Amino acid sequence: MPRINLTVNVRHEISGNAIPTSIVWEDGRVFEIDKILDMRKAASLKAGGLGIRYICRICGKTVVLFNDDGLWFMER
Amino acid sequence: MRTILHVDLNNFYASVECLYRPELRNLPVAVAGDPENRHGIILAKNMIAKKLGVKTGEALWEAKLKAPGLVTMSPDFAKYLRFSRLARKIYYDYTDQVEPFGIDECWLDVTGSMHIFGDGKTIADAIRQRVKEELGVSVSIGVSFNKIFAKLGSDMKKPDATTLIPYEGFKEIVWPLPVEDLLYVGKSTSKKLHNFGLTTIGRLAQVDVNVLTNNLGKWGEVLWLFANGLDTAPVRKIDEHTAVKSIGNGTTCPRDLVNNEDVRLVFTVLAESVAARLRDYGLKCTGVQIYLRDNLLYSCTRQGQLKSPSYLSTEIIAKAVELLAANYSWQRPLRSIGVRAIGLVTEKGNIQLSLFDNIDEERERQESLVHTIDSIRSRFGHGSLLRASCLLDSRLTAFNPKEDHVIHPVSFFK
Repeated sequence: MPRINLTVNVRHEISGNAIPTSIVWEDGRVFEIDKILDMRKAASLKAGGLGIRYICRICGKTVVLFNDDGLWFMER
Repeated sequence: MRTILHVDLNNFYASVECLYRPELRNLPVAVAGDPENRHGIILAKNMIAKKLGVKTGEALWEAKLKAPGLVTMSPDFAKYLRFSRLARKIYYDYTDQVEPFGIDECWLDVTGSMHIFGDGKTIADAIRQRVKEELGVSVSIGVSFNKIFAKLGSDMKKPDATTLIPYEGFKEIVWPLPVEDLLYVGKSTSKKLHNFGLTTIGRLAQVDVNVLTNNLGKWGEVLWLFANGLDTAPVRKIDEHTAVKSIGNGTTCPRDLVNNEDVRLVFTVLAESVAARLRDYGLKCTGVQIYLRDNLLYSCTRQGQLKSPSYLSTEIIAKAVELLAANYSWQRPLRSIGVRAIGLVTEKGNIQLSLFDNIDEERERQESLVHTIDSIRSRFGHGSLLRASCLLDSRLTAFNPKEDHVIHPVSFFK
């Protein structure tokens, strides 16, 4: 499955926006999110699902995170 | 001249399931009811299954003959309702006049917002693009100057397309179409129209309206107006609730019903739901209608009056059972049955009191009892308080029509 469900640390701002700050990888390692490049509602055709899509940069790599009503997942 | 959009989510249930299961996207997929409970018909199918000839409404085994590799899934209505709501949220960005027609279709009147977002086609294309990106499903949109032609347009090109039917030139687009494409021309109306040689919408439009009214009654005129593009029905805002005319529930049972006792059990569950819905709306019914369909699919309805307006399930059940006993002699077992509350009046309305019976005190007791039951159920769930008769045959009574069946068919004429 190209979908990985993840634990994500999130900062909830006054405006109501939920900004992911770091992700917890399957083996327990924590990766800081360096930058959020894009944030919008979108469907994930690759992983199967929909929600708010965050295109993030983590350790120089582009990672696509989705927040489906509080369930976070990542496109492989 | 108005500008009205009809937005139709393509193959809705199947598209939603395919979005969540990407590995199925290239296989024929159908969403179907549970054949174990004899609800095994196709509710929706994806494009691949459609190409293989699978049709909505046919039995599962028929579909599997046509498409041997058909993947079937059971419906998840909560998921579909969520999608429907999310789609409507997108429509609300363009207009506040959004009228849903079933779970997957909506009419939008964008006349007032065209100076902000551009003409009908621009808005339609923007909505199409956004739904595809944000929800991952496709829509087809019809753009026209009335609701009937907008709906016609959305059915012409599928999936993921915009069809324009402008006032100038609607005759070239609409009139050559077969008359069945018009909303509300069903099997029997189309048969009648074909008898007059009215095979296309154009022929229907050009015939003298009196010929139609003489043969089809007031429907003739309505269809004639539709065909000529003279439909003036407004797009209603969602909160403009129209008066409820009747409240009913029906079901196809997991096994055929063979005697009055079986029917009474199912009527009990249905009437409990009908009565609870009446109370939710603050209404009472003055009559009860029952619907019976036997195992050869012949059906009939019968109705009768209640002594006084009521929202008590006991009285509705009693009336339904009485109607059954008076009208059905068990030539054949029954497959589907339904109960409907008709002749609705407001709960607090004046009623004719009886001079001779002192039933009113007992009635008040009953009414406060059902309200207590309602509040217990709303706190602890429907199953927390059931009639003992529900335990007699749990296979027949193990369903909750009030909450399980959240999608009700709607009528164009409200």
